[in-house]
Amino acid sequence: MAVIRDVMPAFDLLQPTSADEAQKLLQQHGHDAWVLAGGLDSFDWLKDRIKKPRVVVDLSGVDELRGIRAMSDGGVEIGAMTTLTEVVTNPTIKQKFALLSQGAELAASPQIRNQGTLGGNVSQDARCHYYRAGWPCYRAGGNICYADTPTGRNREHAILDANRCVAVNPSDSAPALIALDAKFVIKTSKGDKVVDAEDYFIGPDIDITRLNILRPGELLTAIRIPATWANAQFFFEKVRDRNVWDFALMNVASAMKVSGGTIQDARIAVNGAAARPLRLKAVEDAVKGKPNNAATGEMAGKLAVQGAMPLQFNAYKIPLMRNLVKRSIGGVEVAAWAV
Amino acid sequence: MGGLVQMARSPWGQDVPIHIAWFLIYVCAIGGLAFLMVHAVYVRYFAKQEEFSGTVNPRLAAAVPERVKRHSFAARAFHWIMAAAMLTLLVTAFLPKVGVQFNWVPIHWIAGLVLTASIIFHIIHASFFMDFWAIWPNKEDLEEGANRMKRALGQDAPAPRRFAKYPLENKMYHGIIVLAGLAVICTGIFMLFRIRTGILPRNPYLFGDMTWGLMYVLHGLAGVGLIGLVIVHIYFAMRPEKFVLTKSMAFGTLPKEYYLSHYDTERWKVVESSMSQGAGD
Repeated sequence: MAVIRDVMPAFDLLQPTSADEAQKLLQQHGHDAWVLAGGLDSFDWLKDRIKKPRVVVDLSGVDELRGIRAMSDGGVEIGAMTTLTEVVTNPTIKQKFALLSQGAELAASPQIRNQGTLGGNVSQDARCHYYRAGWPCYRAGGNICYADTPTGRNREHAILDANRCVAVNPSDSAPALIALDAKFVIKTSKGDKVVDAEDYFIGPDIDITRLNILRPGELLTAIRIPATWANAQFFFEKVRDRNVWDFALMNVASAMKVSGGTIQDARIAVNGAAARPLRLKAVEDAVKGKPNNAATGEMAGKLAVQGAMPLQFNAYKIPLMRNLVKRSIGGVEVAAWAV
Repeated sequence: MGGLVQMARSPWGQDVPIHIAWFLIYVCAIGGLAFLMVHAVYVRYFAKQEEFSGTVNPRLAAAVPERVKRHSFAARAFHWIMAAAMLTLLVTAFLPKVGVQFNWVPIHWIAGLVLTASIIFHIIHASFFMDFWAIWPNKEDLEEGANRMKRALGQDAPAPRRFAKYPLENKMYHGIIVLAGLAVICTGIFMLFRIRTGILPRNPYLFGDMTWGLMYVLHGLAGVGLIGLVIVHIYFAMRPEKFVLTKSMAFGTLPKEYYLSHYDTERWKVVESSMSQGAGD
C-alpha cells in the first residue's frame, strides 16, 4: 500500500488563547506536544509524516504573543508570534535596529514572511535533507550522520563545531539578534526565564536532537532587544543558491560602534557554519580598537575561520565565511577583478 | 526484545536496532538500589552469625604478620584508575539521557580509552605477575557456596571452610564485570570509528546498519548493567563489615585478626609451612 505523504497524521489540535494556557498545555503533554506557530516548518514535518505528535498546540489564537512594544530603556520587545513582515516593516526596528529588519527581510519569500513568525524563525529545525527525509540519523535519535559519510551530500553542512551531526541552523534572524544582544523570554512552569540570544541555541555537543534550549513544557514568548546597540553601524549579508528565495548557505550579522574611524565595540555572528549561530567573540575582541577598514576586515576574516573543518563538498564555506566576516568589518569593497 | 530495543527504518527499508530503550537506565538503577535495600534488611534482621569450620594452625597464626599484604601497589592503582574511568563513563553516558546536558562525547571516549588501557594492563599483570586462577571460581568454591546458601535458608549443611583469597561472591562479581566490561570496551572501540577522535580514521561504513545497531545495543545493555553492578559494588564497599576490605584496596593490607578469622591459611597462603612469605599479588 502506498504511503500517503500529503495528508497529516491525526492529532489533537489544542488552541489556547493565552500564553499561560499554552505553556500549561505544553507542560501537560510534554514530549507528545508540538508547538505550531506560523506552521512553515511544522507542516513540512507533519505532512511528510516524519514527526507524528499526538497533540499540536496552535499559538495563532494567543494575541499576547503578537506585536512589537517599546521598552522603557529604549529597546523593543517583539512577541514570538509577530510575523517576519511585521518585523521588517516596523518603523522603530527599521530606524534603530535595522540589522534585524535586514536579516528578516532576506528570509524566504514575501508570502512566507507574511505567515512565518520571528519565534518560529529562530526555533525552526535543521534543513539537512537526510534528517528531513526521516532517516534515522543522530538528530532523529539514531546512531549515524548520513551527511558525514564518504559519499554523503554535505554541501550545505557545517564547517565548525560539528559533533557527530553536521547539520546547520537555518535561521536568518538569529545572527542579527545575537549581534543586537537580544534576550529571549521563555515561559516555563516555574515562571519566565530570560536568556541571551546566543545561549538560546545549542549544538550537537550539548543535545544532538535539538537546535535550541527549549524543553518540553517551555514556550518562547518574546524577544527583547535592548537599546545598547541601537543605531550602531550594522551589516547583514546572506549568501544563498537562489536569490529569489532560499535558505542561507551562510549569513553574517555585525553591529559596530565606530568613533573616528576606530571600532570601539563590536558584536558579530554567523549562521550556516555550525549547528548553532556562532557569535565570533575572538573576532570581536580582535577588532576592538582597530580601524574599520579592509585590513582589519582581512584579519577578522582569517581569524573567524580558524579551526574550520570542511566536509567533502563544503570547503567553499571557508573562503565564504572568511569573506563575509571581512566584509562585515571592513565593508563591501569593489571586487578586484571589477576595477 | 521489541520493548527493550529502539528500532528504526534504515534508508534501505530495513528495520534495524539503533540503541537500547532508555528506560532501562532507570530499571538498572532502581534494580541496584532495590538489591542493596533488600540486602541491608536481610543482614540487619535475618542473617545468622558467620560460622566457619576448622581451626587455625597456631604455629601458622603466630607467623602471620600484623598486616597481611592483600593488594600490590600496581593492583590498587589499576583498581582506582579503572573505578575513576568507569564512573566517568557512566556519568557521561547516562546523565545526558536523563536530562543533564553537557559536552559528554570527548570525555566519554577519553575515559573509555583510559579504561581500555587499564584493563589491558590488568590482563597482563594478572596473567603473568599474579595468581591468575585466584579470582576464578573452582569446584570447591561452588560446593562451599551451595552449603552457605543452604545454611542461610535454614537447611542442614556443614559449616563452610574459611575463604580463599577471594570468596565466591567476589569471583562471581568479577566474572560478571569481566563480561560487561569487555562488551563495552570491544563495542566502544569500534564506535570510535564513528566519531572524530583524531586517533582512528573515521569510517561510519565499517559495518552495515544491522551490525552497527547490534553493537550499539550491546554497548547500551552492558552499560546499563554496569550501573547496577557499580551500585552494588559501592554498597558492599561501604558496608561496615566489609569496609576493612575497602581500606585494603587503598592501603594494600588487612589486619592479622581479620585475615585469621575470615581466611583459610591453606587456601590463601601468606606464610608457607616453612614460614616463608607466600605469593601475594
